[in-house]
Amino acid sequence: MDDLIVLEGVEKVFDVRRRAGFLRRERHRVRAVDGIGFRVPRGEMVGYIGPNGAGKSTTIKMLTGILTPSAGRLRVAGIDPSRDRSRLARRIGVVFGQRTTLWWDLPLRDSYGLVRRMYRVPDARYRANLERCVELLDLGELLDVPVRQLSLGQRMRGDIAAALLHDPEVLYLDEPTIGLDVASKAKVREFLRDVNAERGMTVLLTTHDLTDIEQLCKRVMVIDHGRLVYDGGLDGLHAKGESERTLVVDLEREFPPITGVPGARVVRVEGPRQWLAFAATHSAAPVVAAVAERYPLVDLSVREPDIEQVIARMYAEG
Amino acid sequence: MRLYAAVAVSGFRRHATYRVATAAGVFTNTVFGFILAYTYIALWNERPHLGGYGREQALTFVWTSQALLGAACLIGGGFQEELQERIRSGDIAVDLYRPADLQLWWLASDLGRAFFQLLGRGVVPLAVGALCFELALPGLSLTWAAFLLSVLLGLLVSFGLRYLVGLCAFWLLDGAGVNMAFALLSMFFSGTLLPLNVFPGVFGEVARVLPWSAMLQVPVDVLLERRTGAGLAAALGFQAAWAVALLLAGRALQTAATRKVVVQGG
Repeated sequence: MDDLIVLEGVEKVFDVRRRAGFLRRERHRVRAVDGIGFRVPRGEMVGYIGPNGAGKSTTIKMLTGILTPSAGRLRVAGIDPSRDRSRLARRIGVVFGQRTTLWWDLPLRDSYGLVRRMYRVPDARYRANLERCVELLDLGELLDVPVRQLSLGQRMRGDIAAALLHDPEVLYLDEPTIGLDVASKAKVREFLRDVNAERGMTVLLTTHDLTDIEQLCKRVMVIDHGRLVYDGGLDGLHAKGESERTLVVDLEREFPPITGVPGARVVRVEGPRQWLAFAATHSAAPVVAAVAERYPLVDLSVREPDIEQVIARMYAEG
Repeated sequence: MRLYAAVAVSGFRRHATYRVATAAGVFTNTVFGFILAYTYIALWNERPHLGGYGREQALTFVWTSQALLGAACLIGGGFQEELQERIRSGDIAVDLYRPADLQLWWLASDLGRAFFQLLGRGVVPLAVGALCFELALPGLSLTWAAFLLSVLLGLLVSFGLRYLVGLCAFWLLDGAGVNMAFALLSMFFSGTLLPLNVFPGVFGEVARVLPWSAMLQVPVDVLLERRTGAGLAAALGFQAAWAVALLLAGRALQTAATRKVVVQGG
């Protein structure tokens, strides 16, 4: 019912002109987004991932209204973005990891002042929001520093605060942790989790860093060649990608490869240590029980599948 | 409106932070002023009353042009290069989704910059000129008010032209060639090299009705009290007409550019 982002059969086709010989130009069509549909309910934080050129940024641009879809229906907070761009702008926040919305030569504080005027944020609201962002994002000492002197991590935090001063209902994050060090990434993620939980803000997160997704999103959508190839929970992604978990067992001494464990197969043997792969959707317990019943078990560990490999496999198939 | 006032203030402050650049600008304008002043003295000694100016008036022209050089971007430069860079890099997307008007935004920010440069880079060269040479400056009178109004209209015309140049980047991507051509045109047709009224015949007539003359020639003539009464009204009307025409053209071009981006992607 209360879906803040709605896409139905959205397409975006670009006409690209290419030089094909002297003065002759060929037109050809590129389908950047090829019939995408999804809904994001209020308060959900969704990961939107895909390889470079898959159509992620095109989707985000359509969702902000700076690109009109070639076909299909698109609504954000009930507004048709490309028709009513400036009305929508007051209700959404956008953070582009690779661009800044701040003003290079101005101190952060002055940039925020401009944002406040632009979105006509009431005084009390502005002060409260700024205070909160300053506290959670550790901006206190940076407020009077011109943006050009900030480090990438500091600038990113400054940008995130700028996107939140007008209390947007929907937040688009386009690679918010790109280029950040581990500590800065952790800080940004923690803040986003808080904001999402506290204000019930709907968040669409585009990233190449799958740790962002694992730590922040219950739901993930994978786009490739302009089409949605997956939409669901993170665990479902494993099923779809046919990923496997690995049980590593240390036996008392060397054995020939373990046999007779249903649903599992040995993928590697090294002295008394053996690796058994089984479907990620299965529980490890019956596998462990079956091994322990017939072999002298000394130690064991279970390795989770690497989500990056899962997705890489999915991209390769698409 | 308060937003654009805030943008203008930030444009002013932004340039105020570059103190060394401002000092260098003052120095350059003063040196230019001396070079041009002695060139003009040589010229007016040979040809007194050239273009209807006496020697003092010609020297007033020189020092006023140096005072306005930075503010009105008489020899090029200005925000348009930044705008082109934003278009080229795609940062313009950030500007487009904001609930603010692109043209008004840049206008406000450019006026803020121009006011700073008028104060920071304009006052000192004019004062130096007035101390070292005999100029034909008016006393304390309404002429100064008319002059400032004329300068303001000139700044609007200057912005109007440069906004068109900046938006070219939506089609050309690389604005370097346009910028260079535009800087040359500005330098010549504003009268920065030689006052436009020294040029004879049809060429002179044409030069005097092009928009660039609203940036320097007209304000100086107002200051020299060569335009008074109905002539003053006509002069200001001429500037205002160009300002309106150019701002409207900028708006039309902006609409076309936005449509191109929105439909085709950058």
